[in-house]
Amino acid sequence: MKTKVLAIDDSRTIRNLLAATLEEAGFEYVSAVDGREGVDMYDDVAPDVVITDINMPNLDGFGVIEELRGTDINSKVPILVLTTESAPEMKARARNAGATGWITKPFDDASLIFALKRVTGAAA
Amino acid sequence: MSGSIQDTFFEECEELLEATDEGLSAIEGGDHDPEVVNAVFRAVHSIKGGAGAFGLDELVAFAHRFETVFDEVRANRMELDEPLIQLLLRSCDHLYSLVAVARDGGETDQAHHNMLIEALDKYIPEEEEDLTFEPMGLGGPMDIGAIDIPQVATEEKYQIRFHPLKDMYSTGNEPIFLFQALKDMGELTVSLDDTELPGFDSIDTEESYLAWDLVLTTTEPRSSVEAVFEFVEGLCELSIEGDGDAEADAQALAALEAAFGAAPAAEPSPPPVAEPTAMVEETPAAPFEEPAPAPAPEAVPETSGKKASAPKAETAKSEQRGPKPTLRVDLERVDRLINAVGELIINHSMLAQQIANLDVADVRDVETELEGFKNLARDIQEGVMSIRAQPVKPLFQRMARIVREASSATEKTCKLVTEGENTEVDKTVIERLADPLTHILRNAVDHGIEKPEDRIAAGKSKIGEIRLTASHRSGSVCIEVKDDGAGVNRPRVKQIAIEKGLIPENAELTDSEIDNLLFAPGFSTAKEVSNLSGRGVGMDVVKNAVTGLGGRINITSTPGKGSTFTIILPLTLAVMDGMVVSVADQTMVVPITSIVETMRGNDDMINNLGADGTLLSIRGSFVPICDVAGALGLRKEDNDQPPGVYLLVETETGQRSALAVDDIHDQRQVVIKSLDGVCGEIAGVAAATILGDGKIAMILDPESILAAAPSAAAFDTERRMSNAS
Repeated sequence: MKTKVLAIDDSRTIRNLLAATLEEAGFEYVSAVDGREGVDMYDDVAPDVVITDINMPNLDGFGVIEELRGTDINSKVPILVLTTESAPEMKARARNAGATGWITKPFDDASLIFALKRVTGAAA
Repeated sequence: MSGSIQDTFFEECEELLEATDEGLSAIEGGDHDPEVVNAVFRAVHSIKGGAGAFGLDELVAFAHRFETVFDEVRANRMELDEPLIQLLLRSCDHLYSLVAVARDGGETDQAHHNMLIEALDKYIPEEEEDLTFEPMGLGGPMDIGAIDIPQVATEEKYQIRFHPLKDMYSTGNEPIFLFQALKDMGELTVSLDDTELPGFDSIDTEESYLAWDLVLTTTEPRSSVEAVFEFVEGLCELSIEGDGDAEADAQALAALEAAFGAAPAAEPSPPPVAEPTAMVEETPAAPFEEPAPAPAPEAVPETSGKKASAPKAETAKSEQRGPKPTLRVDLERVDRLINAVGELIINHSMLAQQIANLDVADVRDVETELEGFKNLARDIQEGVMSIRAQPVKPLFQRMARIVREASSATEKTCKLVTEGENTEVDKTVIERLADPLTHILRNAVDHGIEKPEDRIAAGKSKIGEIRLTASHRSGSVCIEVKDDGAGVNRPRVKQIAIEKGLIPENAELTDSEIDNLLFAPGFSTAKEVSNLSGRGVGMDVVKNAVTGLGGRINITSTPGKGSTFTIILPLTLAVMDGMVVSVADQTMVVPITSIVETMRGNDDMINNLGADGTLLSIRGSFVPICDVAGALGLRKEDNDQPPGVYLLVETETGQRSALAVDDIHDQRQVVIKSLDGVCGEIAGVAAATILGDGKIAMILDPESILAAAPSAAAFDTERRMSNAS
């Protein structure tokens, strides 16, 4: 079984980059264009890990984490925040909401895969 | 792969820049709606994010400054006053150039770049001035290995004590996965420490009692080992000790121990968990004092409710939010389709002609069906054409930038007002319109709009207004550039034209003719080449570009009130209405748009002028005749036979001429087939088409025929003759 990643990012560029990197590394990749769509898709997609941007229209990354963590059964699914923001208070806020980890853009493939491995134990 | 992703990035950049531009323009117009401000912020933020992924450092750094300043605005810490808005607009313009440089290569205007950075930095609060933009210490094994090659070879044994706090479990972090990541780095032994585990009756299910002692033997550097625990920093008690760690490390440990007392060695930053005064940064323990709810069985019904709503959300998604769904299609595919539809229409004509030629009594039914076929084909054609149609909005936005740049270069104050931005025009037309429009607008700022003091003296508002409008007008597109400047200085224009030998000294011209002299080749009013509109090209280049698109341009002007440039363009470049004529036994097509009138001539109407000039007399005025066959070299001079039909055409300068052809056959829509790549440029021929009978016919370009024909009387001849009459 491939590890399924749900990536939520409003940037087409980042989505494409993630798709390329993740699919090459053997992950299954599903994406959503903003927070609202990501949360809406979540149950259907049933991902093993979520990667979310912070600055997005409709529902931002904090909102995504809060909504996903609001449902207890989901709290085990790791949520990685992928964003250009690196301010400590932003990190704290995301973690407070229940984020598993933080990846700063621009990301390199190795770090991304490494981070995914750490939170999912994926063999990929 | 990454090439195509980079393409996506640049495409997306265009959209994001447009969104930025649009948002800033709205803000400039007084709309300070937080959503508008947010949209601009997000757009620039996304540009930065994408640019970072491709290592476009200059773009990242600039976008980051923009974003930082804008973040202040967004957080209402900074007021959006006029100078700031102007700075942001110019910065947005600069973002466009940086993206262009990143995409197409070339040089950034460093002086301008630095000037803007300096200006933006003034708005950036001091503590945010750390503009380094690097991936955080997420360094996986690979990139660290790349830097620290010598260390890779030495094996090291780490003693790791790992005791998760209960909060770690609510963030989705799993100890086992961390151990797996460690195991990938070398040899790992794990032993569980469950000594804290209380008796079964006193256990708190939400508490974390377990700890692990790990021994890892690896060639990876210490930082890689620490990186594994990065996400759980502050969410666990952690100590990592290397056995033969470098002495420097021991020194660092000693220093840390001195600073933090008994704090665990490898945990430099976090103070004790319960410290309430702890800074938020890097001490997630403090914000985690209110733990997220732990798994509880009662919560399940809530989840199933959410599940039930999910499929609905999937389908409702598209109508719920965002713009209408769109499909990105390769332009080439659309063009293939357009071409095929063109063939279909030609095929219809051929079929119709064949049927008409059939010697059958009852062709009427067939003809009715054929008419239906024709209408359907037209519908398809229109539909396909509309795929290529795009709103002129992005073009107009670019023009706003041009006006800003031009204004600052000439020290004039101008604003561009746009109307009809949603008017749709063929993509190619939009692309090829950019240069002429740029030129017209620069010209309007440079020569049209007066200096602020002159405007005030003339009783006008200090800010010059340039109005750019697009509208549909009976099957064509009309683009208008109207300024409220000084208008054309006619005496000066006329004088220049005389100096440059464009008109004779005693020529008497109407106002409109003088105005249109601006389009004459070799005319340029700038006394010296200014750094703006005068780049060695005149308005004749603009005219050529517009006529190249099958359009026309003219100017009207009122002294003291301003000038208006009007560009009329065909909706599409793929088909046009043409008049099918015969010239020296050849079938040719003349664009309907250039024909004013057609008439059958008789000898009384023809007047000889000198050796090789003939004039056609129409209702008391004379127009020069141009024999198309002669101009194209299809008929020898001595074999001259008077042609039967005259097509009265009007050129861009308003000059009329009569094109003499042998006969007129038909008026119909023809599909334009480019001759590029088939043969070189032929004077007088614009393109070709395929007629109903399958024959190829040349599409004529009246303008260039007249230019090529020696018999086409010069401008002044016409003048003198009509004055004489």
